[in-house]
This record gives sequence, C-alpha cells and structure tokens, in this order.
Amino acid sequence: MSVELEMITCRELVELVTAYIEDALGPADQARFEHHLAICEPCVAYVEQIRLTIAASGAIGDEQLDPEAREELLAAFSDWKRAA
Amino acid sequence: MEVFVLEPLLPLPPREKRKDGAMAWLRDRIGGEGKERADSAEVDLVTRLRAGDETAFAELIDRYGATMLRVARLHVRDRAVAEEVVQETWLAVLNGIERFEGRSSLKTWLFRILSNRAKTRGEREGRSIPFSAIAATDAAAGGEAAVDADRFQGVDAQQWPYHWSAPPRAWTQERALERETLGVVKEAISELPDTQREVIRLRDVEGWSADEVADALEISDVNQRVLLHRARSRVRAALESYLDPEPELT
Repeated sequence: MSVELEMITCRELVELVTAYIEDALGPADQARFEHHLAICEPCVAYVEQIRLTIAASGAIGDEQLDPEAREELLAAFSDWKRAA
Repeated sequence: MEVFVLEPLLPLPPREKRKDGAMAWLRDRIGGEGKERADSAEVDLVTRLRAGDETAFAELIDRYGATMLRVARLHVRDRAVAEEVVQETWLAVLNGIERFEGRSSLKTWLFRILSNRAKTRGEREGRSIPFSAIAATDAAAGGEAAVDADRFQGVDAQQWPYHWSAPPRAWTQERALERETLGVVKEAISELPDTQREVIRLRDVEGWSADEVADALEISDVNQRVLLHRARSRVRAALESYLDPEPELT
C-alpha cells in the first residue's frame, strides 16, 4: 500500500531545509522532503551545499578575548580568591 | 503491473534510527558538526573552580569570554559597560559556584546570568528595544527568498513548475574549506543583520545547540530557526557566488 504524497517543489525545498536539518518538520513534511531528495539531484546538491556552509562556518575559528581583557579577568579572579 | 523503483541518490535512513535528528544520516555520511563539549569536562571544571584553581577559570574565559562580551554588547551599546557586565557576571558565577547544582549546564547558567545583567544595564542605559524584541520583529518580517526566484522555472513551466532552471552544483569539501573560502564566509557573516549574525555565530561558528542559543538570547525556538535559516541561506549564496559564480541554465 502506498500513500499519495503531494510533491514539494524545489523552490519550497530550499525554504524547508533548515527546519529539516533541525528536525522540526512534521512527519508528513519530512516524508515529502525526503521523497523529493530521493528523486532530485540538484536539491541533494543544495542540501550538501548547506551542509558545507555549516562546516565552513564552523571552521572560521572562534573569536578570542583580547589579551588585555583576559589579564583583567584573571586579576579579578585573584582578588576574588583572596577575598574568599 | 510494472513497478519501477527510483534509486535514491542518497541512502535514506531507516526511520527508527534517527533519534538524533533528521539530518544525522547526512552528517554521518560526510562527517559531522559536533563541536559541543562533553558534560563531564564541565563537572571537572566546576570542581576545580570551587577549589579556587586559576587554570580552570582561565579555561572558562578562553572558552566563553569573547562570546560573553559579544552577547553583552547585544544589550548595551558601550564596550566599556559591556566589559563591566562580563566582569560582574564572572563574580556572580564565582560567588554562586558553591550553590551551582548542575541542573542546567554551566554554560547555560553563565549566559543566563550574563543576559539578565546585560539586559538590566541596557534598560538603565536607555536602550529602548531589547534584543529579543528586535529578533522577534526581524523574524516576523517577511524574509527574502533563500534562493533567488530567477534560479527556478516559473509556475507555468511545462514539466516541473518551480524546479531549478539554474541548478546548484556540487562543491568539493576541499574547496569549501580552503582558507580563501573561509574568508568569504567570514565576510558574509559579518555583513548579516545583527540578529541573524549572532544566531549563526553561536550555532554554526561556535557549535551551540538550538536550545542553548534560544535560551541565551531569550528568543523563541521558532525565531531562532527563522534567523538561522536566513543567515545560512545568505552565507550559502555568498559561497556559491565565490565557488561557482555562473550556474548554467538547464
């Protein structure tokens, strides 16, 4: 037995991709999304691009506190410890 | 009756195995995000902090210090005031560490204290609209499309309405993660509207979970997701114009 699913379009898929990745689609929309991916190579490429975008953002490196601010906080810690 | 089966381009996962999110199978396939640190490391930090261990404190400020300053500045304009808020937060954390029960993560607790203090200072400074309200307004405003409409066929296309007319093409992981490419990503993120930029920084650059971000920024899950979606879509578009500037029409 099969259930007739209404197809989503590519233009819709690109708007659902974040909800999909976040696991925030309802079961029906998730099934439509995955069904679309199973038959649409460009949309697979799109989802992979998003995946690589996430990976690239994760690779740009965290900001670091500037050394002066860091020293100030460490000094504050010493004060706190002495007072404790 | 003839049954023809479309070969999936990616192996679809068995449905019951996806407790860790719909995307897990795709992540597994190409190597995951997973920057979050284990809780056992936090328990150890708390113990050392209680014992007055300076290296534990240094670890914490290296981990969260820059982010705290940035989050504080979402609420207060002045950098010096934001630095004060961060200092006060650390003192509150140190003074409260004995009572910290670990019901939330240390990070969540830390950023709750920070947000509360920064918000109060922001109100006192006369910043009239709180960040969470700006985020809600931004998220509710009709967003731009994730991908330009001219990349798709029209509704009256003969075969596939709204199918790609200029389909995206695969990037290699190597090129996507090259130093020059990362420069493009950095710039694209820096050009985002404030609310989108902060959400993508915390989520994707620093690897926070959705809940952690919604909690620290005091925004709803939905708004968190909407802002993340717009931010990622824009950064992807910037990457594409760098990596593959002229997708062909099909």
